[in-house]
Formats: sequence, structure tokens, C-alpha cells
Amino acid sequence: MDKCIACGACTKKCPGKKPDEYNEGIISRKAIYVPYPQAVPLKYAIDPEICLYLQKGKCGTCKKVCPTGAINYDDKEEQVTLKVGSVIVTAGFKAFNPAKLDQYQHGTLPNVVTSLEFERYLSAGGPTAGHIKRPSDGKEPRKIAWLQCVGSRDINKCDNEYCSSVCCMYAIKEAVIAREHLGKDCRPAIFFMDLRSHGKEFEKYYNRAKADGVRFIRSRVHSITEIDQSGTLDLRYVTESGDIMNETFDMVVLSIGMEAPDSIMDLAGTLGIELNQYHFVKTDDLSPVATSKPGIYVAGVAQGCKDIPQSVMEASAAACSAGISLARARGSLVREKIFPPEKQITGQEPRIGVFVCNCGVNIGGIADVPAVVEYAKTLPGVTYAEENLFSCSQDTQDKMVEVIREQNLNRVVVAACTPRTHEPLFQETLRNANLNPYLFEMANIRNQCTWVHSDNKEIATRKAKNLVSMSVSRARLLEAVPALSVNVDKSALVVGGGVAGMTAALSLANQGFPATIVEKTEELGGAARDIHKTWQGQDVQKFLKDLISKVENHPDINVMINAEITGASGFVGNFETMIAAGGNTSIVRHGATIIATGGQASETDEYLLGKNPNVTRWHDLEHNPDKLKKAESVVFIQCVGSRDEKRPYCSRICCTASIKQAILAKDLNPGADVYVLYRDIRTFGDREVLYKEARNKGVIFIRYSLENKPVVQEVEGGLEVLVFDPVLQKKLAIQADLVNLATAIVPHDNEKLASLYKLSMNEDKFFMEAHAKLRPVDFATDGLFLCGLAHYPKPIEENIAQAMAAASRAATILSKPSIQVSPLVSQINAEKCIGCGLCVSICPFGAIELEEIEGKGKRAKNISASCKGCGLCASSCPQKAIDMLHFRDEQIVAAVIAAA
Amino acid sequence: MNKNNPAGSVLVIGGGITGMQSAIDLAESGFYVYLVEETSAIGGKMAQLDKTFPTNDCAM
Repeated sequence: MDKCIACGACTKKCPGKKPDEYNEGIISRKAIYVPYPQAVPLKYAIDPEICLYLQKGKCGTCKKVCPTGAINYDDKEEQVTLKVGSVIVTAGFKAFNPAKLDQYQHGTLPNVVTSLEFERYLSAGGPTAGHIKRPSDGKEPRKIAWLQCVGSRDINKCDNEYCSSVCCMYAIKEAVIAREHLGKDCRPAIFFMDLRSHGKEFEKYYNRAKADGVRFIRSRVHSITEIDQSGTLDLRYVTESGDIMNETFDMVVLSIGMEAPDSIMDLAGTLGIELNQYHFVKTDDLSPVATSKPGIYVAGVAQGCKDIPQSVMEASAAACSAGISLARARGSLVREKIFPPEKQITGQEPRIGVFVCNCGVNIGGIADVPAVVEYAKTLPGVTYAEENLFSCSQDTQDKMVEVIREQNLNRVVVAACTPRTHEPLFQETLRNANLNPYLFEMANIRNQCTWVHSDNKEIATRKAKNLVSMSVSRARLLEAVPALSVNVDKSALVVGGGVAGMTAALSLANQGFPATIVEKTEELGGAARDIHKTWQGQDVQKFLKDLISKVENHPDINVMINAEITGASGFVGNFETMIAAGGNTSIVRHGATIIATGGQASETDEYLLGKNPNVTRWHDLEHNPDKLKKAESVVFIQCVGSRDEKRPYCSRICCTASIKQAILAKDLNPGADVYVLYRDIRTFGDREVLYKEARNKGVIFIRYSLENKPVVQEVEGGLEVLVFDPVLQKKLAIQADLVNLATAIVPHDNEKLASLYKLSMNEDKFFMEAHAKLRPVDFATDGLFLCGLAHYPKPIEENIAQAMAAASRAATILSKPSIQVSPLVSQINAEKCIGCGLCVSICPFGAIELEEIEGKGKRAKNISASCKGCGLCASSCPQKAIDMLHFRDEQIVAAVIAAA
Repeated sequence: MNKNNPAGSVLVIGGGITGMQSAIDLAESGFYVYLVEETSAIGGKMAQLDKTFPTNDCAM
């Protein structure tokens, strides 16, 4: 595997063929293959099932054509024994196979595809290069229908009763992107039961899709037939008001759900962990990543259906759990690579070495590499140039180190493939040769040259020379950029003493990192004080009491109540926060900051709340469930203050919470009439079973629309709720003893905190994470992390997981005595700066501040540890007082001039 | 496994987005990680996706 340089010569000649799993079988792949061009590791593998040599002893072509001798047919599967302190199961899922559901005709009708197949059609790297084509005739479809809940929320055939949680959103996304690809003529329609856009920024995405022409039809499609073998599909469905409809579409996408992978049974048996009835790994709500066996943790869809950010949070939470159980062994098995000392080159004339790569035939087969080498030798500053068959192979790397030393080179240019994959490798080579890694420059003469000019040797050669000339011109001006590291204060500050804040603090303290909790009220507990049971029935108050006791008694946790943050400064590893508590102001130094300021159920003046004692909010009822015993008629109203113009987001927890209370109402008084007035039921994941249980127990669900909200009025003897029932097509008047409102979950006022720590918030005043999918607990600024309701409304199990995730991310900083940060940062010329502050306001990372210089006024000052080197400040500075290290204006201009 | 003297290493089973994130966090906080993936590349299901909601970022 070390010898493979992924040149692809083997796969070109390989005669084996098999449906390509990566492209969902839409096209085929060879027996020797990489799953996709960006695969990591980028190494070709042989599929023994279809390799002619391994099956029949014939062929052997790949071995013949491999230029590096990387093919080894004798390689056998090995059993290895690993000694580990902990195990994390992240086995993922398998996509539901719709062939089992004959009404959808997948596999029979070519224009019925799965959502995963459609992803491949959309992808620029997919089988149709991103052009959406009907499989039957290659024509562009105009009308495309998405069918939701295929394999989810049903138990008619071999499907699943749970909700897969992600299909509504990915269907909307596919519809939106399809319309971007196909233009305004494309008319997407989504057939759904309940539209579940319950995540952060999801509801807005749904609203935008509606406004942008995506049609949403509340119906489950009964059957699909093809009209006269034309490829056009006829969909038969019943509307909500009972009309039978037939509509034709060019293409149908089945929004398939997720299932536990087949291998999970064996894996669970081997590990000795329990699975739930759907074969997902069993966990408790209050310890969301712990399996039934100590030391073994689970994260992602292996635990149950969820989207990417939730999976990523759990991944970090599981890492945190493992970190706690192995805290005393931290650092015992890891080693740091040590490089030889760097040579000083300041003031030396440039001595540039140019290494031109043939990349097998990828470059050498098209461009005239020897001519490029000869040309490089003529460029000013170049003292050495040579060609290599494969610059990235280990033997060439070793040779390069020798050449750099022998020729006393002080700058290196490699003309080869892309720096995206190979720059770190060559930079390491420079470091091994006593050179600073930033004295390196790469010219991409493959992806941007021979691959796009493969039919014209002359043009390819000329362009390769040009690219080399640009790189050499830039290399002449490169300077050593010293590594930047900052010391780390090994403690954390946690803002907020609710379940999220306490869990984060405890998770750090249990790993030996002290934490200070700043709570603005007089007691710990936060919003969880209003919740009595998790959705699966675990006792929240008992858990909360226990958690508070652990936090208060932990020697490494300092709790400050009635405390307010009045000032903040510093950067990753070195924060200083001013805290006012009990009339005193103290300064706390900390290496990481976790924001867990929480949220609460909102008030409302709708539906007679506060005017009639029998109108309550759901958590008022949570404290006083006895009210349900006496009520003969209970009405729950959902989305009170959520999903409207003022708060265009879903509060995520209310459907499950109200349905739980509706079930309780039925359990306490089976004869009672219990109604849930809703807009979409959003019992995502396994919570769907609660919805089913409620219906089985006789809870009546009536859907209302935002345009036609229910009306609550006082009548003689109690309350009356008026609502239009879309199934009966009638207005109903419900006599109610009790009306319970699911009011929106809102964040606390975080404006001041946001400005002190320079954190951004979204339009709904929830804090913004660095990346919606991949960095759900990191802030854009290093060293600051986010968890709990301050991020978005979520149930307690998700808050706990997110808090542990924030602790895990903080531990990646706190576990090191010092951290390396990228030294490619902005550099401010104080002489040119006029202190206008434009850079301060434009910096997304809070990495520039204004400081008072005596007699001169304010001047910009860069905080290198927070700077990401994006260059926004440099490009916006009206005085040109800011330059970016390694990307100085003069370095970029030199390359541009060389190109001209 | 000796509770008082555990091994400073963790086995992560599955190299999708979840497994990779667990592995990164652990490796960056001082633990040796064995990331085990049954196919020939890490990346999992997310690598098959074109874009991701709600930002329409490229999944790859």
C-alpha cells in the first residue's frame, strides 16, 4: 500500500467490472479501484470477488502496468489483536431497500430512483457529471416527485415504524438543487405525511423552498404506473379532503429511510452490548452515548436515526466518555514527531530547487517534462532542477532531502499535482532537510494543466512552463514563517449552570481539567427544573439532583451563582474573564470557554393564557399533572409562537412533550377526550412510537394551518376551542376543561455575552456554531464552544450529548501544554494604520482589536492565535497597512506578473 | 482490562463522519486511535452525498 501512488494506470487496463457501490450501481467500476477520487487513503484496492487473477489465476495486467511495483496478489487478510482502553461503535446505517415495497416499482420502472441514487445524479463527480437525466431515455426531467417515508413510519410490509429523521430535509434539498440544475421549468413536488423540518435553520429552508416553487402535497402515494412504456409515470393518490387524484411525473425519487446495518448483530454479539428492537445500539436518555457495557460507547446512526450535526455531536460526546474513563492513561501511547533544527536563510540570495514530476504518464505522457526542467534552469534564482517519475514516492522524498542539503537550496518548487493533497507531504520533506516548511511552493501542472490539455502536448508544455515560472517568481520572495504556539491554561470557564453547563463542567473536571461555572441566577439547574420525565420515561428531577450534587462536591469545579460576566479578553488557551458576583469582581483565567446559557419556554398572550386558569403551558402542566386527572376534555395546542413570522423556527421538543402529556391524560383518565391541535407532528426518530401509542389510546389529532389558527374562548361552564378539521372539512367546537399550550422555546438574552466574546447569533438569537454540519459545538473563534438550548431547542438527551461534545472539543485544547496555531496570519504595519477599525469589524474571528497608542490614538493590533489567515482585513484595509504572511501582496503580484 | 491502569488507546469501529470525528477528538487529546473501516476508504455515507442542508455546502 505504501508503494501505490494512485496514478491510476492499473484501473485503466483492468478488465473486471462490477456495479459501482459508491454510485449506487448506476455505473460500473473495475476490479482494481478507488471508491472515489477524493478517497482517503488514496490507494487502489483489488476486489477479490471479480479479480480475474485472484479468481482464475489469469490476467495479472495491473501488476504489469504498475510503475511502482505496488501490486501484491499474495496479500492476505490478517487477524490482529489490539489492546485498547475503550471502544466506540460508529457503525452507521444501511439505506432502506425499496424493492421490498412493490407499490413503488423500484428496480422495475427505470425512472423510479432512490434518494441516494438521486444524490449521485446531482453530484458533479457522479455518473452523469451532475446533469440530471432520466434513466430510461437520458432526457432532462421536468416534473419530479419525491415520495416521503419510504421504509419509515409504516409497518405494513417490511418497513419500519420509526421516523428516519432526515428524509424530509434531504428531499427538500434535492428538490431545491434539482431546480438549480434544471432551471425554472423544473417542477418538483414532495408527497409527505408530516413535514419534519425540526432542526436549526431547517424551517427557513422549507419556507424558502415553498416560496421558490417546490410543491408540497400532504398525501401518501398509493401506486406508480408507467404510461405506455414512455417512461412517464402516473401517480395515484388521495388528497386530504378525500379526492382521488392522478398526476403524471417524469421521474420519481423515493425518500428511503435508514436501518441498522446487517453487521451490527454480529458486532453487538462480539462486544456484548445490547440492541433495541430496531437493532440500533441501546442507550439511556440520560447517558446518551453509553452502551450497556462500561467502556463501550456509541455515536451516530448506529444508536438511532439522526442527521449529521447530531451524529458529530455524539461522536465528540463518545470521545469525551472514553477520555474520562482513560484520563490517567492520556498521552501514554502517543509520540510526537521531532524534526531537525531549521537553518536560518534570512538575507541569503534565493537558491531555488525545482522538482518536476512526471506523475507516471499523468504529466510526462502529455507535457514535455525534460523541456520544462530545462526551462526552469533558466529562471532567475533557480540553481537546481530535475525531473522525477513520482515526486511523492518515499524514495524520491529521501533523495529530495539529500539534494536540498547538497545543493544548499533555500527555496523549493515542486511542479506536480495539487497542493490540496500533497503540500503537507512536501513541507515535511523540507522540514526533514532543515528548511522552514513555508519556503515551499507548488505548481499544479497536472490537474490544472495536463489533465485539461491532454489532447495538445504543445499547449500543455507551454502552460506547464508558465505555471513553473509563476511558482518560481513567488518562491524568490518566500520567507521563513516561524511556527506559532501558545501556552494553554488547563482550565475552562462554563457560562450557564443548567444541565448542559453542568454536564460540560463535570465532563472536563472528571478528566482532570478544572472548571468554573458562572450561573446568573441563585441556583443551578436551569430549564431542566421544569421537566419531570425524558421521552422514554426516565426521572429528570432525580438525575438533576444527582448532577447538582456531583458538581457542587467536585474538587475541580468552582460554582459562582448570582454571577455576571462583565468583561472578556484573550484568545485560545489564554482567556481572561471578569465576573461580578456578590458585590465583588474577580478575574478568571481559562484556556477554553463553553457557552451554555440555555433557554426557556416563552410567554404568550394568545389563547387566553394568563387570563383563564385552565389555560396552561406544557411545563406548567409538567409540574402539576394532577390537573389531568379531573379533566374530562383536554386540548393541546402546538406551535404556539413557533413556526410563525416572528419565530420562523420549530422548537423541536414540543410535539414529543405534548404527546407524552396527552398519553398521560389518557392513562390517568381513560374516558377523557384528548385532542392535539397541530401543524405537523414532529416525533422524529424512535419518538414516533409515542405518536402511535397516543393514537392507539384514542388521542384525537386535528391539523390546523397558520392561516386558520384555533380560537380559544370562555363559555359558560368552561372553555371552548374552535378549529377547522381538514379531514372532515368542518369547523369543530370542542368543549375543554383544560387547554395546554406548547409555547416556543427561546434563548435567553445573550446580546452582551455575544459582544464580549465576539460571538455571532442567528436571526432567532441562538448562537451560531462554526459550521452547521461539521462543527456543531465549535464557535468560529478558537477555544470557544457551544452547547445546550443556547444553540437551538433540543431534548435533554441531545443537550447532554452536546455538552459532552463541547467538553471533548475543549479537552483537545486543555490536554496540551501548548498548542500550535497556523502562523499564516495578518501582519499590521502600525505606521500606516490610521485606526479606522474597519478590519476589526470585518474580522469573523475576533482576531483584531484596536489598542490605544500614546500620542497616536487607536491602532489595529492582531491576535495571532485567533487569526485564521483569511485575508479579509488585508483586502479591505484602505491604507494597505495589513499584509498576510506567506501571501504578501508582493508575493502574489510576482506570480501574476510572471503569468502575464 | 486493569481499571487503574487502562491502555491509552481507543478502537473506533466505523470510518464515517461520526467515527472520524471521534477519532480526531481522541487523537487530539492524547489518545492513540485505531479507526477501523470495512471498505477501502473512510468517509462513509456522507461521501456519497452531493450537498448538505440547510447550507447547501458540498458534502465532499
